[in-house]
Amino acid sequence: MSYVILILGMALITWLVRTAVFVLGERLVFPPLVRTALGFVPVTVLTALIVPMAVSPHGHGAELTWRNPQLVGSLAAIAVSLLTRRPLVTIAVGLGVFFLWQGVVLR
Amino acid sequence: MTVTVPPARSQEFIAGARDTIPMMIGAAPFGVIFGTLVTSGPLALWHGQLMSLAVFAGSAQFIALGLIASHATFVVVWATTLIVNLRHVLYSATLAPYVAHLPLRWRLVLGALLTDEVFAVAWARFRLQPPGEEVSPWHFFGSGVAMYVNWQIWSAVGLVFGAAFPGLQSLGLDFAMVATFIAIVVPQLVAVRYVAAAVTAGALAFFWQGWPYKLGLLAAVLAGVSVGVALSRKAGATVEAAS
Repeated sequence: MSYVILILGMALITWLVRTAVFVLGERLVFPPLVRTALGFVPVTVLTALIVPMAVSPHGHGAELTWRNPQLVGSLAAIAVSLLTRRPLVTIAVGLGVFFLWQGVVLR
Repeated sequence: MTVTVPPARSQEFIAGARDTIPMMIGAAPFGVIFGTLVTSGPLALWHGQLMSLAVFAGSAQFIALGLIASHATFVVVWATTLIVNLRHVLYSATLAPYVAHLPLRWRLVLGALLTDEVFAVAWARFRLQPPGEEVSPWHFFGSGVAMYVNWQIWSAVGLVFGAAFPGLQSLGLDFAMVATFIAIVVPQLVAVRYVAAAVTAGALAFFWQGWPYKLGLLAAVLAGVSVGVALSRKAGATVEAAS
């Protein structure tokens, strides 16, 4: 039940954010500084989420070693993304390296 | 002499949906991964579908799953949803002149369907329109409905798939989220200021991960955004000085 409240709250916030300008029109003006700041939000949020997952997958400090499959898979995904810029190839190779590392190399 | 007849509603609607097909293909794997991740977390299957139906915002949904799995409080999930979705304000500000003439109910519905992909499709259509002319909302609507239905289908596929193979979690499938986010972030690192903002946010999120309620994550994002803004202003000042 409580997760329903969580989800509906997310839905309401998302809808309000999306429709605010459509409803308020010209009355809502963004200073240039805010516009600039918003441009950095997606990149920073996503990076802030993945770095701890890749560097310390067990939540007990950094595992900066080749025995950390999350880290190895992440580095492979970054390399592929830099080279190809194709999301599907990046995800496929990243997952492939991760599973290979976890299931074969470290076995 | 030619008289231009405005295309029928259904034609505009179908054209909007058709223009969205590449985006639908691109979103499909994310929908499947989202559904699969739901089955590895504390949410029930129908919670996952409810989230796709009601929220309809891919990155916010992924981030919420990550936060829920790490026991963040509701307020943190909502605050993050707000921050992550704030970019939509820029989208609606861009499209507002083209929907201003519509009745309120139209604007509320079109706003609800305004994702990154639908924005791209709607903007590509509207910008061809001569200024001052009233534009039909049906192309925008067709694009939004197509994207919405597509997202529901692929979320459901992921939910069913994840439920059928419950061992996926122990394999470390949560790494799929990491790989997905990398695929989204890396192509956006087009200038030094974006790299600096991302590195700042990532490093601080690592060092501050022990903070309660995931507040370290929010603080790290604020710090990263501040670095990005500072570097942008510096770049702007340089440009002005040079001109």
